[in-house]
Amino acid sequence: MVPESYYLVLSGIMFAVGVVGVVSRRNALIILMSIEIMLNAVNLAFVAAGSYLGDPAGNVFAFMVMTVAAAEAAVGLAIVIAIFRHRETVDVSELKELKF
Amino acid sequence: MERILFFIFGFVAVFGSIMVVSRRHPISSVMYLLLTLFSVAALFVLRKSHFIAAIQIIVYAGAVVVLIVFVIMLLNVAESKIPVERPTLAQGVGVVAAGLLMLEGALVGSRYGAQIEKAVDVGTVEAVGKALFTSYLLPFEITSLLLLAAIVGSIVLARKKF
Repeated sequence: MVPESYYLVLSGIMFAVGVVGVVSRRNALIILMSIEIMLNAVNLAFVAAGSYLGDPAGNVFAFMVMTVAAAEAAVGLAIVIAIFRHRETVDVSELKELKF
Repeated sequence: MERILFFIFGFVAVFGSIMVVSRRHPISSVMYLLLTLFSVAALFVLRKSHFIAAIQIIVYAGAVVVLIVFVIMLLNVAESKIPVERPTLAQGVGVVAAGLLMLEGALVGSRYGAQIEKAVDVGTVEAVGKALFTSYLLPFEITSLLLLAAIVGSIVLARKKF
């Protein structure tokens, strides 16, 4: 078996890549995809920890995270469509009306 | 053998996520996202979590990625309107912070160095189903409420008159 630590390190690397995407990109669609990568990294850690501890809770919560990811994608993409309909843009840096 | 497969799929997953973050056009990003999702599913199989691996393919590759592709095609953003990426100071700080996060994850993760001795199958459909419908029944039912809220919310948000 591959040690638990390898999975956690891989999960940390993928999560960090997702954070970079969210922080540094301007395209709203790519930001949503980076969030999906982060959720996937968390799922990997859940599943690895679950089988390490011999507890099905890890798999159950990975399942919950997937549900949340699906809901997030649906609502997030609906918001992107609504913004595009009003502003003709997917650039998040152009949306600064609420900026203080 | 398992270790070799882990390194192959882990490398593909990290490569795919880096490409998702770095491509200019969302369509190429989404294809690399698909690559990442499939290699993560393979990693789930390596961990004997067959149920989660199947759900990963069905829900992510079958629903979420199709939805994203559909929205990209629907919006059809003109080439000139794709946002230009200009690095700012805040983004530089963000990338450094993400690097530190990665380092911390690696440090915390490397503490769990022990090998697994007990071969308990916790990821099979039977085990996950049993846990889902007994100990975790309430969270499971609340999940359906979340999905209902997401359906109603996305219909309201994407409506013509909003």
